[in-house]
Amino acid sequence: MNLHSIILLRHEILLTVAAVGVLFADVFVPREKKHNMITVSLIVFTLVTLLGFIPAQGGVLFGGSYQSSHMTDFMKDILNIAVLLIFLQSTGYLSKPENSWKITEFFVILMFVLIGMDFMISAGDFVIFYVGLETASLPLAGLAAYDRYKSKSAEAGVKLILLSAMSSAVMLFGLSLIYASTGSIYFSDILPKIKATPLIILGFIFFLSGMGFKLSVVPFHLWTADVYEGAPINITAFLSVVSKGAAAFILIIILFTVFKNISREWEWILYALVITTITIGNLFALRQDNIKRFLAFSSITQVGFLLLGFMGNNELGLTSVVYFMLIYVFTNLTAFGVVEAIYNASNVETISGYKGLYKTNPLLSLAMMLALFSLGGIPPLAGFFGKFFLFTAAASRGYYILVVIAALNATISLYYYLRVVKAMFIDKSDNPVAKFRSTWPMRISLIISSIGIIYVGFASNIFEFIYSLAKGLL
Amino acid sequence: MNILNFFIIVPLITVFLILFSKSLKTTRIIAAVGMTIQLLLALWLMYYYLVHYGLKQLHKMIFVSDTVWFPTLNIHYAIGVDGISTAMILLTAIVIFAGVFVSWTMENLHREFFISLIVLATGVFGFFISYDLFTMLLFYELAVIPMYLLIGIWGSGPKEKHAMKLTLMLMAGSALIIAGLLGIYFSTPIVNGHHTFNMLEISKYTLPIKAQRLFFPLTFVGFGVLGALFPFHTWSPDGHASAPTAVSMLHAGVLMKLGTYGVFRVAIYLMPEAAHEMAWIFIILTSISVVYGAFGAIMQKDLKYINAYSSVSHVGMITFGLLMMNATAIDGAILQMISHGIMTALFFALIGMIYGRTHTRNVYEMGGLLRVIPFLGTMYMIAGFASLGLPGFSGFVAELNIFTGAFLHADLFHRVATILVISSIVVTAVYILRFVGIMLMGPIKHEEHLKLKDATWYEKLSTITLVVSMLAIGLYPVWIINTIMGSLKPIMLKILGG
Repeated sequence: MNLHSIILLRHEILLTVAAVGVLFADVFVPREKKHNMITVSLIVFTLVTLLGFIPAQGGVLFGGSYQSSHMTDFMKDILNIAVLLIFLQSTGYLSKPENSWKITEFFVILMFVLIGMDFMISAGDFVIFYVGLETASLPLAGLAAYDRYKSKSAEAGVKLILLSAMSSAVMLFGLSLIYASTGSIYFSDILPKIKATPLIILGFIFFLSGMGFKLSVVPFHLWTADVYEGAPINITAFLSVVSKGAAAFILIIILFTVFKNISREWEWILYALVITTITIGNLFALRQDNIKRFLAFSSITQVGFLLLGFMGNNELGLTSVVYFMLIYVFTNLTAFGVVEAIYNASNVETISGYKGLYKTNPLLSLAMMLALFSLGGIPPLAGFFGKFFLFTAAASRGYYILVVIAALNATISLYYYLRVVKAMFIDKSDNPVAKFRSTWPMRISLIISSIGIIYVGFASNIFEFIYSLAKGLL
Repeated sequence: MNILNFFIIVPLITVFLILFSKSLKTTRIIAAVGMTIQLLLALWLMYYYLVHYGLKQLHKMIFVSDTVWFPTLNIHYAIGVDGISTAMILLTAIVIFAGVFVSWTMENLHREFFISLIVLATGVFGFFISYDLFTMLLFYELAVIPMYLLIGIWGSGPKEKHAMKLTLMLMAGSALIIAGLLGIYFSTPIVNGHHTFNMLEISKYTLPIKAQRLFFPLTFVGFGVLGALFPFHTWSPDGHASAPTAVSMLHAGVLMKLGTYGVFRVAIYLMPEAAHEMAWIFIILTSISVVYGAFGAIMQKDLKYINAYSSVSHVGMITFGLLMMNATAIDGAILQMISHGIMTALFFALIGMIYGRTHTRNVYEMGGLLRVIPFLGTMYMIAGFASLGLPGFSGFVAELNIFTGAFLHADLFHRVATILVISSIVVTAVYILRFVGIMLMGPIKHEEHLKLKDATWYEKLSTITLVVSMLAIGLYPVWIINTIMGSLKPIMLKILGG
């Protein structure tokens, strides 16, 4: 292990050091001072995030099992930013007395999950990919059941672990079929041997179904709403932003590189998945009152839009997906941050409970409106640019009908985003959420993500940067 | 810096300053100052264009500047105006100026109201100055969304429902526009490795006819939704009726013209071959709009509904004129955009003022108002006469041109459609004269109406601004007609396949 490989692995090594370090430090902190671990973990993770941005060349390690490039580094940075924002948002929740004895576990588990995701993104063969995926899935079940005395939280944990295991089994079966027909697990060896034979197609469909669970693509979405509702809000945010982000990143890399020989086949599978995902997600989101369930279905729809970028099977497609994901991190985490802040202050997590929020908490309402408008794709917010480029990617391959369907669905989604805006700004309430001040880390995270929502869209240099990375990868 | 940028910057600064305002007094003064500057800018721009090009019937894109924004996709922030967009900018500036004064006493959440209103106007200005399809779309959607809050928070009646209906229908329209624009983009030939969103560039090419057949209807219907094209007009009466006064003015006066302008500049101009092929479908639809809107207005009791249906009819006439695809009719149609914009803004302003006094918009509960509020009554009559196209007002010139242009088509189909559309003028006369008669003449129907006060200074200011603009076009239309005609020359060359 020389310096070069350490630099290649810097995201993973930094995270391992940080996670183990925090875990170790925890041993020496007496019980009544556990809340200090919040500050410690925040500082450590901020350092990890910043260090991740140090530029370095890409390369291959372990005989091709691990490959890193500028693109994968950037993807990991996006995930780091997202997790940092989530950490900032979770301080209020973790400071509650009932959580005082398990603060460190929260941070450490999320960091380990992140390590799994980083390995998954950098995977060069299906075994590393699978190990990374499992590392990134199983611990989350523990966190979903973090509020262990709440039956819904426990239910969320059980559902998540059962369905994770189930989807992994399905995926593993698919991978074994691909191994059977190509005789290798290495991406670079498989690539030339992939042909549209029935066995490979079957294996691919199983593989895609397994990934569909992680991405909660319809018809593999049934766990999403229940788990999102039961899990603590930070974990819901993590599942909806970071888990999906990581799964989308590796899926697009695998589809665009390993399976590019059968792109004709998978484009038509995705075509159907895009339509079902966007439409079903929309239809279910229309009637939700619980804000977490609402965001769950909204995130299903957003994943549907994300898949549009997959349809543009070229640099533009990859760029638009990564760009959208970056925007989605800021946008969705603003929404979840506001939900979290309100829940901590008043235990309200229904849309009807948000009535009259603008009168009492104008800044939070504005942040929420920003996030919802961005999710709805309203200019000049970043969501508009993100969606437009996804549409462009799909249109670049001539899928105009799909673009029309997706754009009309974007209009439908606007209906339920506006419902929340209406509750906050228009409706009157006898007992609105009382005025409160959120914690300062929460405010920092909301400020960062709001700036992200406004800035990332206009900043064409970010888009161009991602495009140059995409060119390097494909 | 390009002077056109100020049309975006001035409203943004105004919005920024309003954020720090504490009371309604400062808010409205900031808004008024900002929009006055905007009006002066627009007047100067019009004057500049007139002196150099407009009066001589010349065509020129002035203040053109082109900044690359997203190099990969060849998206530019490209701005520049010709005679037509200059006229539209002037219209917008006039209406938003009047709109600020109409909302002079907006007590409820004043900051938020003026911010949303001015953001909306920013979107409209941005739309008219840009000639890159992407920036046009961006500004277009920016103009649509504040409408939801404006109607939902400050509206009246079943406002939430109507606001939602309006927003969703318009956004569905823009969904079609997105697909259409992307289609146009990818149909352009690749130059230097890129397709282009630049409208001037695209107009140099003839897009493949297959693509045109697909994307012409998409963009036409997409923009047509905002132009209240039958059968997508249903948002318009409800939306206008529920909106607060200034928003109705801006929406009927300017925003609907975004739709017709888009129909003209994007759908017809960039895809003329498909336009020639498919015009008949849309001529049928617009003829229905015109006649249906006029008859719809007769049946209404609510002043705002009357005017909203009347707008459907008049804006339908604009699209009808555009579809005739000859210089005379299109010239009339563009003139009608401006003329109807001012006229309907005046109407909605007056309706708001009268409603603020009588607390009813039901025509049959009012009567003899001319005696108690002579200024507003007279103004209402003027607006009515302009609406039915009386000579001397802008509407006359515009409609005359549209119909002359339409009669240039000698075939049976066009004749029938033209005669149908012309017949709507009679219907318009019926409802305008009838409602003016009921409302302004006759006995006073309510005791308390005797105590009504006439217009205040800010109401007079906004109505007089609008009336003066209307007369400026009606009594001496040469300047505006020449300007439009000049700018139409290259466009007509493209449309007529020269």
